[in-house]
Amino acid sequence: MASFKSTKIPIYPKLGEKVTPDTLYWKNYKAPVQIKEFGAVTSIDFSSLAPHNYAVTASTRIHIYGPFSTEPVKTFTRFKDTAYSGKFRSDGQLLVAGCEDSVVRLFDVSGKVALRVFKGHTKGVHVTDFTSDCYHILTGSDDYTCRLWDIPNSTELTSYKEHTDYIRCGTTSKLNRDIFITGSYDHTLRVFDARVEKSVMTMDHSQPVESVLLYPSEGLLVSAGGRYVKVWDLLKGGQPLVSLKNHHKTVTCLSLSSNGQRLLSASLDRHVKIYNTTNYKVVHNFDYAASILSLALAPDDESIVVGMTNGVLSIKHRKSPEEKREMVGKQRMQPVYRIFVKGRNYVPKKDDFLVSKPVKSHLAKYDKQLKKFNISKALDTALESWRRNRKPEITVAVMKELDRRGTLKNALAGRDEQNLSQLLNFLIGNVVDPRFTPVLVTATEMILDIYQAVVGQSSVVDRQLVRLQELVEREVDYQQDLLEVLGMLDTLFATSLPRKECFSVFDGTSSDFENP
Amino acid sequence: MVVHAEIRMVHRGGSKINFREPVITHDSRFLLCAAGESVNVYSTSTEEYVHDLQGHTDLVTGVVLNPSNHLQVYSCSADGTVRLWDFTDAILIKTFIIGYPIYSIYVSEKHGGVVFLVVPMANYKSSELFQLVAVHLPHSGDQEVEARELSAVLCDVSHHPGAASFGREGEYIAAVKGLQLEVFFFKKQKSYRFSLKSGMKKGAKNAFTCVSCHPKEDCIATGHEDGKIRMWRNFNQKKEYTYSTLHWHHGAVNTLCFTPEGTNLLSGGIESVLVHWHYTQENQKDFLPRLGAAITHIAVSPDGSLFCTSHSDNKITIIQSCVKVSAVIQGLVKGDGVWTNLIIDPRSKALVLNGKPGHLQFYSLHHDKQLYNLDIVQQEYIHEEGLDQFEVVKAAFDARGDWLATVEERRKKGAELEINLKLWAYDELTQSFVLNTTVTAPHEDRITAMFFSPSPETTMLVTTSLDGHFKAWLLADHSDANAEGFWACDFVGGYHLLKPGCCSFSADGSLLSVGFQEVVTVWSPASWELLTTLSQPPGAIRDLCFGRLSCSKYLLGASTKNQLCCWNLLTCSLEWSTPMDVSLLQTDPLSENIAAFCSQSGSSDLFVFKPSEPRPLYSQKALCTGKVQHAVFAPRDQMLESCEERTQWLNRSQLYFLTQHMDLLTFSTKTEEDRLLASSKQLMVDDSVAVTPFYLLLGKHRGQQLEKQEALTNPMAERTQLPQGSIAIKELLHTPAHVLPSASFLCAMFVRSLLISSSSAREEKEHEEGEMEREKEEEDSEGEADPRLGESATWGHPEEFGAPALTKAQERELRKVRTFDHSWLSSLLDC
Repeated sequence: MASFKSTKIPIYPKLGEKVTPDTLYWKNYKAPVQIKEFGAVTSIDFSSLAPHNYAVTASTRIHIYGPFSTEPVKTFTRFKDTAYSGKFRSDGQLLVAGCEDSVVRLFDVSGKVALRVFKGHTKGVHVTDFTSDCYHILTGSDDYTCRLWDIPNSTELTSYKEHTDYIRCGTTSKLNRDIFITGSYDHTLRVFDARVEKSVMTMDHSQPVESVLLYPSEGLLVSAGGRYVKVWDLLKGGQPLVSLKNHHKTVTCLSLSSNGQRLLSASLDRHVKIYNTTNYKVVHNFDYAASILSLALAPDDESIVVGMTNGVLSIKHRKSPEEKREMVGKQRMQPVYRIFVKGRNYVPKKDDFLVSKPVKSHLAKYDKQLKKFNISKALDTALESWRRNRKPEITVAVMKELDRRGTLKNALAGRDEQNLSQLLNFLIGNVVDPRFTPVLVTATEMILDIYQAVVGQSSVVDRQLVRLQELVEREVDYQQDLLEVLGMLDTLFATSLPRKECFSVFDGTSSDFENP
Repeated sequence: MVVHAEIRMVHRGGSKINFREPVITHDSRFLLCAAGESVNVYSTSTEEYVHDLQGHTDLVTGVVLNPSNHLQVYSCSADGTVRLWDFTDAILIKTFIIGYPIYSIYVSEKHGGVVFLVVPMANYKSSELFQLVAVHLPHSGDQEVEARELSAVLCDVSHHPGAASFGREGEYIAAVKGLQLEVFFFKKQKSYRFSLKSGMKKGAKNAFTCVSCHPKEDCIATGHEDGKIRMWRNFNQKKEYTYSTLHWHHGAVNTLCFTPEGTNLLSGGIESVLVHWHYTQENQKDFLPRLGAAITHIAVSPDGSLFCTSHSDNKITIIQSCVKVSAVIQGLVKGDGVWTNLIIDPRSKALVLNGKPGHLQFYSLHHDKQLYNLDIVQQEYIHEEGLDQFEVVKAAFDARGDWLATVEERRKKGAELEINLKLWAYDELTQSFVLNTTVTAPHEDRITAMFFSPSPETTMLVTTSLDGHFKAWLLADHSDANAEGFWACDFVGGYHLLKPGCCSFSADGSLLSVGFQEVVTVWSPASWELLTTLSQPPGAIRDLCFGRLSCSKYLLGASTKNQLCCWNLLTCSLEWSTPMDVSLLQTDPLSENIAAFCSQSGSSDLFVFKPSEPRPLYSQKALCTGKVQHAVFAPRDQMLESCEERTQWLNRSQLYFLTQHMDLLTFSTKTEEDRLLASSKQLMVDDSVAVTPFYLLLGKHRGQQLEKQEALTNPMAERTQLPQGSIAIKELLHTPAHVLPSASFLCAMFVRSLLISSSSAREEKEHEEGEMEREKEEEDSEGEADPRLGESATWGHPEEFGAPALTKAQERELRKVRTFDHSWLSSLLDC
């Protein structure tokens, strides 16, 4: 005959972000290590030489950290004012840094004193970089000029004075030693060729440009300024490709993940957003405690280093695969015994007559009780602590089933203090959950009906009842507030809708304003 | 109606087979049950319908086996007759005219030639008082016999058939009514009454519901409304009777039955559990749970090996040795109501409507048989009175039958409504529907209408609800990782907070009309733009439908204030309107025809018309009593070719409708009935064999073979007679093959023996006729793979020509022998 139909546990849609490969990838980092610097961290740069140390520019110092050290490996302190833009050369031997006092200093990574000092700018230098041939240095300054310097002679090669505001970002081409790009507060990005007197390309970002980034192929250029991140196609003469507006404060820093598939942008709104570079959709998001000024990724995304305005440097290291495997292994340990069914892998011969065994359907514990109409026991099983805490939907589904059978009141009745407080605890935890409210409200009403005679006999239960009452009152207030907001929104929608007779309704109340 | 004599209304979907207790025949091969105005005979092993016993003119109210002849059965009916049948051949043997409507029938082996009937008290024909009477059935040769000699046995009995039972060897009869048990002893001609208090304890309902007597001992089991079973003993006196109580049922005990040996007592009730009490150890019991629906009757075969239970959902279950359900005979489930409309499944062409609680039943109209039940609610059904359970209230198929949408709702008293919208995808592999999406609470209030868009490009579902919105649901494109698509809401629409009551798609799916009380709104589903509004106040729109094919520019609406309006969608103006109280509009998907059911003074009228023509194609007044709420056009599998104007509308599809009394009716024409009759004659089978599909396949073939064999044995008999004369041939045949000389040698001899003298030429001519005959037979037998074939071919001639020496007299003798009838021999052989 028809078998027992087990209780349906509704599957609720998972709220929040969906689990994608990206979220799994970007969540696979350990808890951040935090280091306090002396001032706002304005620049972070990774050395391309293993073991990939990184230079952190904050206040008047540049610290160099090892990949797993929390103490600086080396410190450069010979700055008279705030240092900016500490950058490694591609061979990892030299480090260049600008300074508020307009002097550009070049250090040997192993030494302490500046090897070369480039003087010529009249205001603070925020941008420094090595060209791809390693013999020149690009600098950009608040005196609106950008210059190229020769390292061996420590002489100025060329100076371009095309920007009309502070130059706050710039980058050199890694493929061509003569090409570099600067971004300025005059809203423009300029591409310069050292062989030519003037800039070869100008792009209008229409916001003060805070950061520029070249793709490894150097066909695309990314610029950040204001709340926008813009991508430009250099091969099409600087044609804008996309404009992203995902931050609500100024975007300060850009970075590419190691394989070039993902673009990261950090902003003063304390978020780091990760974009897919094929469709420029945000695939992941990191939150930080303070406004972010600088961001860098170690090669192979081994760590994410973020510098913030409050001087905190946050380093997240990727979880090593061994650790991950360990976790998985632990889960796999679960079944502690194995069952060997005799004759399970016996292959029937040709003439054997097969007697099929009826398939025994497995029923959950609460279903077994429900099948026997043991309603109180079924509710007890559903209220077991792990089920109650881990899977409240099961408990609620069993309650709903009991309610459907018209026996919920009987199941709730006749409980002692401990049992009742357990039940009330569950209600306090879940009654305001919109998924469970309809069922739990009936259950709560029934409990109050049943146990009102014994109120005041147990302090534990009384305390919980008071908590429940407070909770419900608060929830009612919330709902009222929400309805008010909804009404306000409806007014806005109604005014923004064109005055037509027809309308599509977002909510029923909007029609109040629709009737002519 | 004389004018429309060629169109008749016909019942479809069978009748209630659970009305009265079924009967299992002595050999346990057949099951007989009252079904409407006939008695149906089913095979117990294959659950197949064998034939029916037709003759009664009113509801059959009881079937019992004739205790003196186990191949005969008595049936009684509300038409006032008792009929005696031979059920194996469906022959009516006798009709006894009683003259009063009969409500149930009882017989006992001890009282041969007497039947006990429950009839209304003679002087209060209309009242609710019934009496049990004994009727001596007169012996007479006539087909119809009047049996007016009634002798009252008990007065004031219940008309319920389970409320009386014969005791041990027919010595007494026990009847219950209300709170009273009455036992009548035939020997003493004395009755004892035992009554219970109305409520011994608070809440106890002591009223009797049924009674059953132990076949071997003096013990009466009675069932009660509170679920108790009382076993009465020592009741042959007024005072010292005793009873013991058994209690398992929580609802009323509907039926009780002792097994023939009296070792077990079976009981059933609303719980749909067959409880099996052991008579000697009364606290021991077995259960057979989840039989599907409340048990109304239990019957046991005379040898006790088969039980059968009738259920409230028009089902009979046959149970083997109390543990295994071996067969289920399922009729069209006629529940408390049909909330879903009648729908035709585009794939199987089956009629779909509410079946068992929480199920949809698929009923094949062409085979008049339930195909399967689809579990919609997928929840354990609790068989208990007064519970609010989920019910399927709406269902819809898309145009190709790939998707099924169902709405189930459950309304609790004082609590909010629970609605679920479920979408089912057709799975080719399993040939059934698989749940794809469940939407909990798709609307805040009851859903009034639900339709799929008929356009082939998009699968779109529209639901309208009393919460003032209509919603469009679309299959979300599965661009991302999840391979299977799911349904999501695409658009929410409303019109001035009016409550939409009905909606309809145009035939190509390009327009959607939604009726908001008095206003009809027409939307474009592609852009969700409100195209126009039509209204014809006063009166809210009750039903809407678009014209089809050549009439697709018309939109019809039926309003509550006796108006049927037809709008032209090209001009957006009213084309025509007539004052009609239309309760239901139904379009024929294959033609322009629209059927409108009007309710007028308690009965329904039908009009079939084309929106473009002023005159209805067909109209029928007073179709049935009450309102017709559900109707559907079912496409025919074979088109009729009637060119008569009145029946033309039935050519492509057939109109089915459901009356208030849950009768499924349809219209049929004379030509169609003739055709059906012809096909049913073809399917006539030998009734002595249980009808199985296997039998249907093989039986016919075997029958033919038998005939052939018979045809074969006759000539064989002739032949075996004849060769006896020729000793040479006999010798030839009886000598083992390995000692015979070579075939070439024999052949020469043989052929020489065939050489005849010229004198016998004349005789040959005489023989010609017979020979022809023979040859024909030989041809016949050629089809058979018979090893004797070769021989018979060689025999034919020697027998005739191999004896040329015969004299004329002998010849004549021989001919005589041949013409002689040898069938006796064949019959001998058969034995």
